[in-house]
Amino acid sequence: MTDNGDAQTEPLVTEDSPPGDRSSMDRIAGVGSSLRQALLVPALAVLTALIVGAIIIAATDLDTLPLWGTDPGEAFRQTMSGIGKAYKALFVGSVGSPRAISETLFAATPLILAGLAVAVGFQAGLFNIGVNGQMHIGGMVALWVGFSVTLPAIIHIPLAIAAAIMGGAIWGGISGVLKARTGAHEVITTIMLNFVALFMVDYLLKTSVFQAPGRNDPISQKVNASAQFPTLIGDFRLQIGFFFSLAAVAFVWWLMYRSTIGFEFRAVGYNPHGGRYAGMSVAWIYLGVMAVSGGLAGIAGTNQILGLEPYRGISNFAGTVGFDAIALALLGRSHPVGVLFAGILFGALRAGGREMQGAAGVPIDLVLVLQALIIVMIAAPRLVRAIYRIKTPDQELSTTVSTGWGG
Amino acid sequence: MELALTGITKQFPGVLANDNVNLTVSEGEIVALLGENGAGKTTLMNILYGLYHPTSGTVEIDGKPVQFHSPGDAIKAGIGMVHQHFMLVPVFTVAENVILGDEPTKRAGIINRAKAKKTVTEISRRYKLDVDPDAIIEDLPVGIQQRVEIIKVLERQARFVVFDEPTSVLTPTEVEGFFEIVQSLKADGKGIIFISHKLGEALEIADRIVIMRRGKTVAEVLPRDVDEAGLAELMVGRPVDLVVDKAEAEPKDVVLSVEHLTVLDDRNRRAIDGVSFQVRSGEIVGIAGVQGNGQTELVEALTGLRTPLGGRVMLKGDDMTVASPRAMHQANVAHVPEDRQKSGLVLPFTVTENIVLNSYYERPLSRGVIMDWDEARDRATRLVEEYDVRTPGIEVPVSNLSGGNQQKVIVAREFDRDVALVIASQPTRGIDVGSIEYIHSRIVEERDLGAAVLIVSSELDEVMALSDRILVMYEGKIAGEFDATASTTEIGLAMLGSTEGQNEQAS
Repeated sequence: MTDNGDAQTEPLVTEDSPPGDRSSMDRIAGVGSSLRQALLVPALAVLTALIVGAIIIAATDLDTLPLWGTDPGEAFRQTMSGIGKAYKALFVGSVGSPRAISETLFAATPLILAGLAVAVGFQAGLFNIGVNGQMHIGGMVALWVGFSVTLPAIIHIPLAIAAAIMGGAIWGGISGVLKARTGAHEVITTIMLNFVALFMVDYLLKTSVFQAPGRNDPISQKVNASAQFPTLIGDFRLQIGFFFSLAAVAFVWWLMYRSTIGFEFRAVGYNPHGGRYAGMSVAWIYLGVMAVSGGLAGIAGTNQILGLEPYRGISNFAGTVGFDAIALALLGRSHPVGVLFAGILFGALRAGGREMQGAAGVPIDLVLVLQALIIVMIAAPRLVRAIYRIKTPDQELSTTVSTGWGG
Repeated sequence: MELALTGITKQFPGVLANDNVNLTVSEGEIVALLGENGAGKTTLMNILYGLYHPTSGTVEIDGKPVQFHSPGDAIKAGIGMVHQHFMLVPVFTVAENVILGDEPTKRAGIINRAKAKKTVTEISRRYKLDVDPDAIIEDLPVGIQQRVEIIKVLERQARFVVFDEPTSVLTPTEVEGFFEIVQSLKADGKGIIFISHKLGEALEIADRIVIMRRGKTVAEVLPRDVDEAGLAELMVGRPVDLVVDKAEAEPKDVVLSVEHLTVLDDRNRRAIDGVSFQVRSGEIVGIAGVQGNGQTELVEALTGLRTPLGGRVMLKGDDMTVASPRAMHQANVAHVPEDRQKSGLVLPFTVTENIVLNSYYERPLSRGVIMDWDEARDRATRLVEEYDVRTPGIEVPVSNLSGGNQQKVIVAREFDRDVALVIASQPTRGIDVGSIEYIHSRIVEERDLGAAVLIVSSELDEVMALSDRILVMYEGKIAGEFDATASTTEIGLAMLGSTEGQNEQAS
């Protein structure tokens, strides 16, 4: 037996692990105590992106550029006012009025749901790039439920969502089964299934089951009013889907940190070998992860059909949401609450971007450039840390991403 | 020529890793740097190698202070480091690896392969390393790969060579060869720093032994003045019991019965070939053998991780040949895996999460799919106390714990129930003396409580100290059975597959 008396003075930390990485993020309690730590790098990444974005606004302002040669003072003044106007528009358009906030949250809704789908995958060490396809499948199922039956909204909407979850889960589950059974990498299979889903939607929309009567292009019948997500305030576009996304955040948090299923997901995500030794069935867990991830994507797809005009299925109705979600999950560090905030931020960029284009004449493309810059900064935490001389290494993120590719 | 580290202090946030450490090594001298894991050896060497910057203190070569900002600086100053984990490109040849980062070129930047090969051959001959410059790294045994690392260091004109736990990956025979190499380096005038926590090796090879404890150099001794017990006491800071204290075994019923077991390895070769043995309640059976003779596959087959090709595994009369790892767990089999970081733990998980890693699905830790984290934390708190796991808290990632404490987490998790069979593979590999002592005593305790215990270890000393009965594995077969009083020589012979042992198996 060892002598317990000197327990306090014994070195507690191995010399191999750099003492810096003791940002002991309380995973059980969620972000918890080290909230500041968790927010610092993403916040600085956003800030850096805005600064670089400003430089790009200046550099692409063709009217002002020639002025730098003749009258630099005036050029500087004009440039600064241009940047000021652009960012003011971004701000006003995203949070400047009740309508702006409604637009931000409206745009955030599918992003949050899809971001959760990716985050669940990341936490379990899987890189689900197939959210786009799972959204399409889920959305199509919801669409069918939406126009083919008439029920009270209180039953119709949950039914459509449940069906969409099933659809997305099955579509995601295919990649899970392929990985578990054959070792096929989920990155490959999910990307390919995106194409299958995308063109299947185009095909289905032209079949008599879906196509709007009298049309030749791929557009579906309109869903019944009882399945349309009710809006919340006046003529604002914000609808009940935002609350579904909040519920999904809570559910994912509960699943990952409070249930045995999430415990298995995370254990296998960090160390599949260790999970297997501990008696977990890694194959079933991969299937489960992809099904949960696909199910969440299915709700996101539902939102794109039942939650906005024209309440019809159209070609590529999922748009880029499924891919933006990857960046979003990274920004939110794969934590459901992080995803919620990242989703709202991206929603704000979307909503504010339109205002930027309208009021300040900045092309909408630049908003996409801003988003891309944020993503680059997020994906390169070391860069951000180097710029601002923060010493703590960001182990969390690097682990999540690397295991995503590892399998 | 002398390398001197004087008054080195390294302060990490919250940890004083090095506290006024002094270390010198002269040309033609072998200094062993001895200390438990966490004593600050690696930090000190990282400072010497330019990876860390000391908070205070100086590094001097031949009396001149030097400052290293990167390993490149250290290499230029004549310092070479052979890491515990090799830094080789597996698909490159020996010569390519040696010149990597310092490639000799012909005109137009074409690599001068002939010159590279010549360099390797010369160094290899001079120090009797016996390495083929054209061999591909991944085809070479670990012992030879280590020699390639040594050649790399020598090719860069190192005058001082640091070996970080060099013997931890070697078989007993390879260790002997390694010591010969170190001696020839010494004869050539190199200054050697030999980092280890193995007492016997330090006594055997070193001219001088420096002992670190809790970030300080606590003693400097000459091998002739101390013995292992003395060194252990200096390292741990209190008298250490090197002999496992246990009463005579009282074997009772057969718990584990392995019958004609045949197991394939990952390359579909017969790693275990028709092996039969039994382990009884109340006895410790040790499996000795040079690593790679089927021990890993045997343990995997016994714990449900690998499906045997043939034969049977019986546990208390139940056929468990094709049982899953979970079924084995539920049959009260405790498994301490060979590689604690790869298989035994989920490193980013907290101590609590690792404590419940294989029982999280059972009541009272969960009901249905709902985890009861209060219950889990209670269990973790209790086990951390009971098993003397030294950790700042139960919510700390287990990766922040020292090797010995990580192993205690596994042992606590596995032993905290009514254990019928313990299967422990390399239970004390790479951990400090205090933890070894503790884990050994726990294993004996399990035996005395009536568990059947199977120990698999490539460290013969450990097998001999713990076991009541010893089986020697050689090329997938049992090459001999010995009782606890057998001599090291007898067992050593069987480990090398001597004819005597094989006859015994054949009869």
